[in-house]
Order: sequence, then structure tokens, then C-alpha cells
Amino acid sequence: MGKRDYSMLGADAKRAVETGLAAAEWYHTDIPRKEMKELMQRADGPAIRDTVILFGAMAVFAGLGIALWPTVWSVPFWLAYGVLYGSAMDSRWHECSHGTAFKTRWMNDVIYQIASFCMIRNPHTWRWSHARHHTDTVIVGRDPEIAVMRPVVFAKVVLNLFGVLDTIDGVTRMVKNALGQVGAEEATWIPVSEQPKVIRVARIWVLIYAATAAVAVYTQSILPFMVIGLPRLYGAWHMVMCGLLQHCGLADNVTDHRLNSRTVYMNPISRFIYWNMNYHVEHHMFPMIPYHQLPKAHERFKHDLPAPSLSIAAGYAEILPAMWRQMKNEDYFLRRDLPATAKPYREEFHTAAMPAAE
Amino acid sequence: MPWVDACGTDDIDAEDLIRFDHGGRTYAIYRSSDDDYFCTDGKCTHEDVHLEDGLVMAYEIECPKHNATFDYRTGEALRAPACVNLNTYKVKVEAGRVLIEI
Repeated sequence: MGKRDYSMLGADAKRAVETGLAAAEWYHTDIPRKEMKELMQRADGPAIRDTVILFGAMAVFAGLGIALWPTVWSVPFWLAYGVLYGSAMDSRWHECSHGTAFKTRWMNDVIYQIASFCMIRNPHTWRWSHARHHTDTVIVGRDPEIAVMRPVVFAKVVLNLFGVLDTIDGVTRMVKNALGQVGAEEATWIPVSEQPKVIRVARIWVLIYAATAAVAVYTQSILPFMVIGLPRLYGAWHMVMCGLLQHCGLADNVTDHRLNSRTVYMNPISRFIYWNMNYHVEHHMFPMIPYHQLPKAHERFKHDLPAPSLSIAAGYAEILPAMWRQMKNEDYFLRRDLPATAKPYREEFHTAAMPAAE
Repeated sequence: MPWVDACGTDDIDAEDLIRFDHGGRTYAIYRSSDDDYFCTDGKCTHEDVHLEDGLVMAYEIECPKHNATFDYRTGEALRAPACVNLNTYKVKVEAGRVLIEI
């Protein structure tokens, strides 16, 4: 395949449509309807519990950070608050965008709006963006959420550990949207009827940031931005650490999530922050399953999936060499073996990608 | 419009749906927890995804791909990414059979 064009308006986007890669039928593990219905069942309890813990912890950490400001003793509390703001809010944004975190719709919607603000992701733009990510997962030119493009540029990855590029992108889009503009690429996945909502939210956010700036100027302190805005930078690392594990180093332009997504076992704290999205093959295969049911889904499906990475470190031991090779060879990717109990990959659907696999 | 025999009442579990194909088109037939029956177009109005693997909760059907939600009694799109309502069709039950007017 060689050089990739990741633009939603470029040659690869057109090719994906022409070759049937766009909006294709994807592989799913067979599971009886009765079991699937049980796995899909919604509940409010787990997400209410986790949300109380999350916002409670944020209030405590931010309170201690403010109380100890500007001494060095405030640093650990800002680091903890930052991870909850700049990383845990990413997973809340994600689950609530699917509408699966809570059973009650308004609860999903409230947390979705708050999390979208923290992540500087317009809730309307990104709802459509994420829908496209699920339709065309890691299809070049179709998926607007490919975290690491090929050839890999490590400087971009490092900058995003501190949320730099994402924040610049988010703020730029917010300002453009607030000025009444919707970008040409965004317009490819946001229906025209929804675009006024994009603009309205952006204008509200600009007002919130303007109020924060006014308080900062009035108090002659950056403290207000330590609470609102800056944690998107200094707390992003955990989101990036987990997010890169989702698809990096694996195949692109295939229609089997077992080839382009990765499940990784993680410690309980990271799973709380990441809301179980470490079960990423399962999530992509069945987005209807709420986060609190994913461990059960993993047990049910694992006979048909590649073996998971056994830890975050094990995941990176696999990813980093693959990314290194992708700096020079854009076609290189890791092909994960399936267990003997799994249905084999449908090679006929992936002929373009397979020759470069290892 | 003719009435078409689609399925038996017991072919659908309570609070669930099945797929029904007829005349080159595809439909979704629902049974509510109150044992009322309803029929809509089979595919989500957002993308070309059949609702048959979706989740029925009360009077709502959620698309299995992107979680768009519809009221299957009226076809109303309740949640993005669906913005267009589903078509609905009249249903009646006779002698243990579900008939739809299509």
C-alpha cells in the first residue's frame, strides 16, 4: 500500500469507498442471542458508584491542591487531579457517547457534556467522529480517530503524552466553531442538521474559559487554570498510555477487530480511570456491552480472540518495536495469532494488508 | 396494503425483536414486555445496520453498531447518531400469528 493519506477528503478515503472497505461488514464472534442480551443489559448502579468516587476524588485533590498552592506540596494533588480530569474524563466521554455507561439516558448525557468539556472535544462533533471510528475502525481515510499515523512520528506521540497536539486541535476547533465555522472534514461526518449544536456548545465553552481567564487576571494567578483547562495537558499521560494500546502496531484496512484492536490486562486503578476499555477487541466487536460487563464478555469471547497482552508493560514491549519499524516501513504491522478454538481470519478480505505482517 | 403473516407470537421473546424479510425488504418485529407487537423498518436510519442484534429496553430499540435509539412504537429517533425516524407498520395478532401491513 505504501504512503497513506489520512485525510477524510483524500485519495485513500475515496479508495476505501470504491473497494468496499468503508461501511463494510465486520467479523463478530458467534454468541447466542440470549447470552448477548444478558451481556448488553444496562444498569445505573456501577456508573453512579464510579462517578461519585471520581468527582469526590477530584474535589478532594483539587481542594488540597488549592489549599497548598503555590508550595511544592500541592504538586502530588495536582498530578492526581490532572489524571482524573485529563484521562478519566476521556473514558467517561467515551462510554457516555455510546450511551452505555448508565441505564438512564439523562445521566449519560450529563456526564457526556462534562467530560466533553474537560477533554475539549465538542460533544456533537465527537459523537459523530466516534460513530465513524466504529463503522470504519482504522480504515485509512475513513477513521478520524487514528491515534498514530504511519509513518510513525515519535515526537507527536511524546507531545501528546502532555496533551499538546490534542489541546491545540481542540482549542482551534472550539474557536472556529464559536465563530460559526464547521471544518470541511468535520462536515463529512456531522449531519447539517446537527451543525448548529456544534456551534452553540463551542460558544458556551468560550464563555467558560473567558470567565476562568477573568478570574486568573483578577487574582493575578494561574490557579483557576490549574483547575480548569491545564489538567487537559498535565493529566493526559494516562489516557495516551492506555489509548495507544488500543490499535497501535496492528493492522489497518482490515474488517476484523481481532486484527486491528488489542485487549490488555491492567491493574484495577488504571481500569477505573480507563473504565475497562482495556477490553478493546470486545468493545469494538460489540459496542452495546456496557463497560461494567466487559470483563464478563472477555471471559465469554476469549476462545475466539488473540491472547491479550498480560500487562501495560507487555503491551508496550510489543508496540514500541512495531512503531519503530513503522517509521521506515508504513506497511509493517503485528499479526496476532488466534487460539486453536477461534474461527480463522478471513484472509480473502485482508489480502492487501497481509503480506507485510509478522 | 396487504396483511402479511410474519411470524408466530411465540417466535419473539418478550422485550425483544426478530428480523423479517419480505418482498426484497427487511423489517424488525418487536414484542414488548406487555406482549404488544410492533413493526418498523429493519435497518437503522443512521447507517446500513440491521437492528436485529440490537437491545430492546421498554419501548426503545438501540442499534447494535452506534447505539442510536428509536421508539419502536412510533419510529421516533431518540438518540444520535440517528436523526431520521424509522418507518413503522401496522401490526395485528390473529390466532397466534403476527401479521404486518406492508
